[in-house]
Amino acid sequence: MTQIVAENIEKIYGTGDSRFTAVSDMSFAVAPGEFVAVMGESGAGKSTLLSILGALNAPTSGRYRVDGIDVYGLSREKQADFRREFLGFVFQHFHLMPYLSVLENVMLPLTTSPLKRHEKKALAARALETVGLMKKAGHLPFEISGGEKERTAVARAIVNEPPIILADEPTGNLDTRNTGDVMALLRRLSKQGTTIIMVTHSRTCSAFADRIMTIADGRIWAGNEDHIIPEMEPTPEITCPA
Amino acid sequence: MTLKEIAVKNLMRRKGKAFFILAGLVVGVATVVGIISFVHAMTRDINHKLEKFGANILIVPETEDLSLVYGGMNLGGVSFEAREIDQSGLVEIQTIKNAANIAAVGPVVLGAVAVKGRKVLMAGIDFEANYILKPWWQINGKVPSGQEVIVGAEASKTLGLTVNQIVFIKGEPLRVSGVLASTGSQDDHLVFATLPVAQSLLNKKGVVSMVEVAALCNACPIDEMVKQISGKLPGARTMAIQQVVKGRMETLGQFTRFSYLISAIVVFIGGMVVLVTFMGSVRERTREIGIFRAIGFRKKHVMGITFLEAAILSIMGGIIGYGLGFGITRLGFGLLPDKTPALVAFEPQLAAGALLMAVLVGLAASAYPAFMAARMDPNQALQAL
Repeated sequence: MTQIVAENIEKIYGTGDSRFTAVSDMSFAVAPGEFVAVMGESGAGKSTLLSILGALNAPTSGRYRVDGIDVYGLSREKQADFRREFLGFVFQHFHLMPYLSVLENVMLPLTTSPLKRHEKKALAARALETVGLMKKAGHLPFEISGGEKERTAVARAIVNEPPIILADEPTGNLDTRNTGDVMALLRRLSKQGTTIIMVTHSRTCSAFADRIMTIADGRIWAGNEDHIIPEMEPTPEITCPA
Repeated sequence: MTLKEIAVKNLMRRKGKAFFILAGLVVGVATVVGIISFVHAMTRDINHKLEKFGANILIVPETEDLSLVYGGMNLGGVSFEAREIDQSGLVEIQTIKNAANIAAVGPVVLGAVAVKGRKVLMAGIDFEANYILKPWWQINGKVPSGQEVIVGAEASKTLGLTVNQIVFIKGEPLRVSGVLASTGSQDDHLVFATLPVAQSLLNKKGVVSMVEVAALCNACPIDEMVKQISGKLPGARTMAIQQVVKGRMETLGQFTRFSYLISAIVVFIGGMVVLVTFMGSVRERTREIGIFRAIGFRKKHVMGITFLEAAILSIMGGIIGYGLGFGITRLGFGLLPDKTPALVAFEPQLAAGALLMAVLVGLAASAYPAFMAARMDPNQALQAL
């Protein structure tokens, strides 16, 4: 079970007069299997926070640890390994490869794994079964609906069974029925032990979460009252296949 | 899903870009192959013609004191009365290692005779070999046979000899079968008979004064052939007519240098086409690269996709380019006057070289775009959506 700990995270863009603090002194912890919704107005710092948690954007100061691993203490290539092993991304705009079929899109995170082709296919098929899209496996992204695209993106995020899923407005482009389907899916994954951090504007979606963390002006305003940052062991060696 | 599958599917998706890169490589390779094939074909053609251009090796008797100039060339120590070359030994010339490079062997017997009371130099030659040794000869009349002679242009004037006249040499009646058109050489002053007739008249049966050899050896220096002939004819002195040999080699060398220069320019342009197109492709795929990096692709994986795409296109470009270059050159060469398409031959080494060149150019030109793609910040790439 994977625990996320952020300590005094700060992210400042620009210098001098153009200096802008996107995330200011944020400290919080997310328990293994917890489903956290991050809410806030546009420009509040939600996306910056998510990119920091996604090992994509190094904070200006502070520490970010996952299972004791100091993520930004890793080299850039090790951070890539970390993303592959620990994280699954669900993007608002799906970001499926238009020239790959649904099944191939789901197989994408397994591309660099040493698994055999049929093993990769079996894992992708299982992920598609989980999101109820197996019958669309051979379709290209432009041949499926928005809801199906988002479910494909979720399948891609879970195919290598990462302990953490980071979702950025996963229902931002979906209608009510598809929104319900995707949120139910994320809820189910959370129940199965996957830690989920979801950025959303929607109160309906945030209702599916265990906790709602509200941020404004780069600071946490609510939803972090009872969470004490635990003491962590020194960073263990990350063991990811190249 | 593998990196190769991603590369192939991406190429299939961006057919226009792939075609543009492929076209750049095909044009580059086809041009280089075309130029080199053309130069090789021209070289073969020149070699073929140069072989018929005339003698480039002279064999004269070993001598120390007297000298004789023939055809404007120093023949070394040759003495009419002193030493001659045994004709029976000449068959040995055809047994040298590079015998295949010998186009013609022309034995010559020389001697002074009196015609109409005037001294004139008579040469007995093998007229068949002479077609190759002196292809510029033009005979007004016909080639002599039996008791016939031809006379040089100056000799004809000086001696008042015309075609079909009978001339007495050493008491033997000989018919003038033709008059040699002016050559500007010493040949204009001579009387020519067949080798046996001249040997008989000059009392030099079984011996010759000198031997002219037409040979061209691309794969080995002409000096090597001179050595080989010297080994077979120890009693004679063999020497290369350096000017002719050097001239031939310089012509070929200039052709080759020119072709390599043009090839280098074309390869550079082809490489630039690949570079610019791949750079555009990388910029276009910023989002895609960001996603690859976000889901855990290392830099080497992102570079690998670009390199695989370049390698696939390069191999295709190399094969198509070779076929196109070879085909066009063969077709075009056949349209040139006095040329046959057969001179443009399939060369496995050139084919392999074209493929290798295409792959090297493709990979080298895609290295920078691949590097740029790999070092792209995934967060910035995703923000560029």
